[in-house]
Amino acid sequence: MTKPVPKQALSSASSSTAAKPRLTTSAMIASIASEGQRTQAAPFGTALVELAKTRPDIIGMTADLGKYTDLHLFGQAYPDRYYQMGMAEQLLFGAASGLAAEGFVPFATTYAVFATRRAYDFIHQTIAEEDRNVKIVCALPGLTSGYGPSHQAAEDLALMRAMPNMTVIDPCDACEIGQVVPAMAAHQGPVYMRLLRGQVPLVLDEYHYTFELGKAKVIRGGRDVLFISTGLMTMRALEAAKQLENDKIDVAVLHVPTIKPLDTETILREAQKTGRMVVVAENHTIVGGLGEAVARHLMLNGVAATFRHIGLPDAFLAAGALPTLHDRYGISTQALVDQIKKWQD
Amino acid sequence: MSNLKGHNRDLAERAYRVRRNAVLMGEVQGQGYIAQALDIADVLTVAYFHAMNYRPEDPEWEGRDRFLLSNGHYAIALYAALIEAGIIPADELESYGSDDSRLPMSGMASYTPGMEMSGGSLGVGMSIAVGMALGLKRKHSSSRVYILFSDGELDEGAVWEAFMSAAHYKLDNLIAIVDVNNQQADGPSTQVMAFEPLVQKLEAFGWFVQRIDGNDLDAVVGAFDAAKDSHEAKPRIIIADTLMGKGVPFLEAREKNHFIRVDPHEWQLALAALEEGRQS
Repeated sequence: MTKPVPKQALSSASSSTAAKPRLTTSAMIASIASEGQRTQAAPFGTALVELAKTRPDIIGMTADLGKYTDLHLFGQAYPDRYYQMGMAEQLLFGAASGLAAEGFVPFATTYAVFATRRAYDFIHQTIAEEDRNVKIVCALPGLTSGYGPSHQAAEDLALMRAMPNMTVIDPCDACEIGQVVPAMAAHQGPVYMRLLRGQVPLVLDEYHYTFELGKAKVIRGGRDVLFISTGLMTMRALEAAKQLENDKIDVAVLHVPTIKPLDTETILREAQKTGRMVVVAENHTIVGGLGEAVARHLMLNGVAATFRHIGLPDAFLAAGALPTLHDRYGISTQALVDQIKKWQD
Repeated sequence: MSNLKGHNRDLAERAYRVRRNAVLMGEVQGQGYIAQALDIADVLTVAYFHAMNYRPEDPEWEGRDRFLLSNGHYAIALYAALIEAGIIPADELESYGSDDSRLPMSGMASYTPGMEMSGGSLGVGMSIAVGMALGLKRKHSSSRVYILFSDGELDEGAVWEAFMSAAHYKLDNLIAIVDVNNQQADGPSTQVMAFEPLVQKLEAFGWFVQRIDGNDLDAVVGAFDAAKDSHEAKPRIIIADTLMGKGVPFLEAREKNHFIRVDPHEWQLALAALEEGRQS
C-alpha cells in the first residue's frame, strides 16, 4: 500500500498486447480543497499585508518562492520592505537572523523541504540558538505536493520540534492562518509555521474557532472516538466525523495547531475521558510528529487509552495527484472513515 | 616594526598585549587555537583600536560598529582583543574554556559581551552579516558590519551565496576580512580545496577587494582606512595573508599548527618570545 507502482509493472503493461490502463489523475492537481469546498485566496499574504500596516518592523524575505508562498502580496504592498534573496535558503535564514538582530521581524518563506532539510543548520545556529525573532513560513508541508520526495516535507515537524527555542504551528485552514499571522508576530522568538497557500479551504469559521498560541481546542464532542489532529488533518477529521454519524459512530475532534509547545493539559484531559479510542491524525510521517509526542505524554501520565495513529508511512512517498496519494497513504477523508469503521468494528 | 609611526607604534603595543592575552588563555587549557590567535592579532588590533566605534561600558550601544566572528574557534583571539578593549574584565581571562565561563572555546552570542553571533558552524557568518548590513541600512545607521572569517570557510557554498547577495544589495557598509593563513583542519587550505585566485574571484563577484600582509600593521591600517573611505557602492573585503603563530618563532615553525598542544614549560618561552618582539 505504501509503495509506488514498480517500474517493471509499468513496462510490462505497456509492452503487452492488453489495452493500456487508463490514466486517472494528473500530478498537477495540487489543491487540498475538495470539489465545491469553500476556500479563501492567499490567507497568509493577505493577513501579513494587513498586519504590516501597524507593524513597520515586519519585513518579508523569500528564496525565489514569493509567488508560491503568497508573500508576493506583501512584496507588492511594501516593495521597500521585501527582500528577494535568490534561490539560496541558507542565506535566506542567516540574513533573516541578521535583520532580526537589528530589531526587525522577518517573515522568511520558502518550501518546507528547503527550510527544514537544506537550511536546518542555519536555522538551528543563526536563529534558534541565538533566539532571533524570525518567523519561518513554509509551503508544501507534509504531503501537499505531488512532485515526489524532493518537494514532500513529510518529516518537517519532527525536525523543527527537535530544535530548542522553536515554536511550531500547523494551521488547519484559511480561517486559522489569518489568526496565526498576528499571533506569531506578537510572540517574541522564532516560529515555524506550516503554510497552506493559494485557494485554501475555509472550515473552522463554521465552528466559531479562535486560535490561541499553545492551545489545543475541542472543535466537536463525541463519545466513541477522539481525534487528536493537527493541520489539514483536522479538516479531514471533521469531515470524517460527519460521515461517521451515519454509522452511529460519535467522533470528537481535538485540534492541536501548536505542535510545540504542546498543550499537554488539554490533551491529557480529553484523552482521560473514558470509553473513547484516541486517534492521532497528522499530515506527517509517523516518526517524530504529533503522534509520538501525544503517546509520550499519555505514557508519562499513566493514561491507558486505546491509542491509534494515522500518519504518513516511514517511506519515500510517490509522485502523483494529491487525491490519489492521500487515499493511498491513508490521510484522505474516505481513508479516515474506512479506518475508523474498521477499528470500531 | 621600528619604522612604525606614532599611532601605529601604539597599535603595535596593543597587538603585543592582545597576543599576550591569547597566550595566557591558551595556557589555561594547555592547548587550542593559539596559532590563529597570534596570526590574526594585528587585524583585530586595527579593528578595535583604529577602525571601529564602540563603547566598552555599553557593548550593545546602538551606534556601535558590529563585529561578527564567523570562525568561532578564533574566540580566543577575539576575547584577547575584547579584554584589551575593556569590554571583558581582564580577570576573566583565567576562566577561558572552563565550566560556566563566559568565555567558551567556541564563541557564542549569548555567553560573552561584545560577541555578536554564535560562530563555530563554519560558513554561517557571512549570511548574518548580509542581514545585519541590510538592517543597518533600513535604520539609516552609519554603523558598519565587520566580519572575520577564515580561508577554510571559502569551501562552504553558503559563503558564496552571501558574497553574491552582498554585491546585489550594494552593501557598502559591510567590511569582511578573510584570514588566509593557509591552514585548516585537514591541512593547507589551498590543498584541501583550491580557492585562488581569490582577488579575481571576489572582484568578479562585485566586491571592493584589497589583499595585504595581515601581519604588517601599516598595511592593515591602510586597508581598513581604504575600505571605510571608498565611495564605491560595493561590499568591501580585505584578504589578509597571515602567518600562523606570528610573533612566537617556535610556533611559527610548527608544520601542523591548526590545533596545537604546548608543553607546560613552553608557555613561558612563548611569552618571552612576544616580549622580545615587543622590545625590538
